[in-house]
Amino acid sequence: MEFVDYYKILGVDKAASEDDIKKAYRKLARKLHPDLNPNDKEANKKFQQVNEANEVLSDTEKRKKYDQYGKDWQHADQFDQQRQQRQQQQRPGGQQFADQGEGDFSSFFDSLFGNGGSKSRQTKYRGQDYNSELQLTLVEALETHQQTITVNGKNLRITIPAGIETGQIIKLKGHGAPGVNGGPGGDLFITFVIASNPHFKRTGNDLYTNASIDLYTALLGGETTIDTLTGKVKLKVSPETQHGTKIRLKGKGFPIYKKEGEFGDLYVTYEVKLPTNLTDKQKELVKELQELK
Amino acid sequence: MIAASEFCTYHNIELSFIHSLQHSGLIAIVVEEERAFIPLNELPQLEKMVRLYYEMDINLEGIETITYLLQRMNDMQKEMKALKIKMGIYEG
Repeated sequence: MEFVDYYKILGVDKAASEDDIKKAYRKLARKLHPDLNPNDKEANKKFQQVNEANEVLSDTEKRKKYDQYGKDWQHADQFDQQRQQRQQQQRPGGQQFADQGEGDFSSFFDSLFGNGGSKSRQTKYRGQDYNSELQLTLVEALETHQQTITVNGKNLRITIPAGIETGQIIKLKGHGAPGVNGGPGGDLFITFVIASNPHFKRTGNDLYTNASIDLYTALLGGETTIDTLTGKVKLKVSPETQHGTKIRLKGKGFPIYKKEGEFGDLYVTYEVKLPTNLTDKQKELVKELQELK
Repeated sequence: MIAASEFCTYHNIELSFIHSLQHSGLIAIVVEEERAFIPLNELPQLEKMVRLYYEMDINLEGIETITYLLQRMNDMQKEMKALKIKMGIYEG
């Protein structure tokens, strides 16, 4: 635990008047306040230090204690022990209370004033919002599922609805930075990025894929089996199917976000593969076909 | 919706401040039976303005400027994020 120089943080002299401290605090708050620095963790951290310094130096009683113990802060432990003894006497059974001020104050502040020191503050600040990015594969985005993510060392289990799209943002209320002085926590915003898939292209709720068919199936018609994201599907190929022909499989596309049982379409583009390494016999037959034209 | 008078009592602020914000077009309030109400979706923005005015000593003109600049910053951050995502699709 390091000694924290509150005068230095506010940039004021030790002989500074109440008015000087107020002015210095307001000047720094205008620069570092989370309202004016959204998504800036560094500014938020600095603002908490400024707030803590103001909390102590703007209160005559606390400033007196800080001036007394702050210079020789190792004695703060003794002070803290005495304070704890007093608290034990006041609370029969010595039950523990939840630490409401966690994260708002430095351990140096707590050693001097205890967590109770924060209770006297009037101003409550909402914690800063956090932004995070989560990458999913196309297959993962296909079904509603749960995932555990780690945000600032905390594990969170979130449900990701099927059909989520790139750029879509989910808000988790209260999972941002903790509030200051008992203010509400900020929110966590998760932006989803769906990785591209080598076989399927997604546009909205529709999927696009290519399927190879051989020349003979393309000419005479037949059947072919294609892969979809949910398994194999057998398709009938019409005779004289041209290269690049696109067919639509209704309801075989991507699930529609938060609309259970509704799906987009799957578009399949046929790629006609010409045979290679023809035998002499095959070449003759093709020539015959050409002459018949 | 929350009654403007209730909001002012809770935050210990003047009702005239809410009206000044409304006249500047910074917030929308709803008047029903001669009572002013604040729509819930305006609350986060209004609370932010209360902090700017009462805790940081920023006047109404300053709040207007800050609100405009923060909105622009927010739009630009969103645009940057969208472009990064778009770039990712092409790079992937």
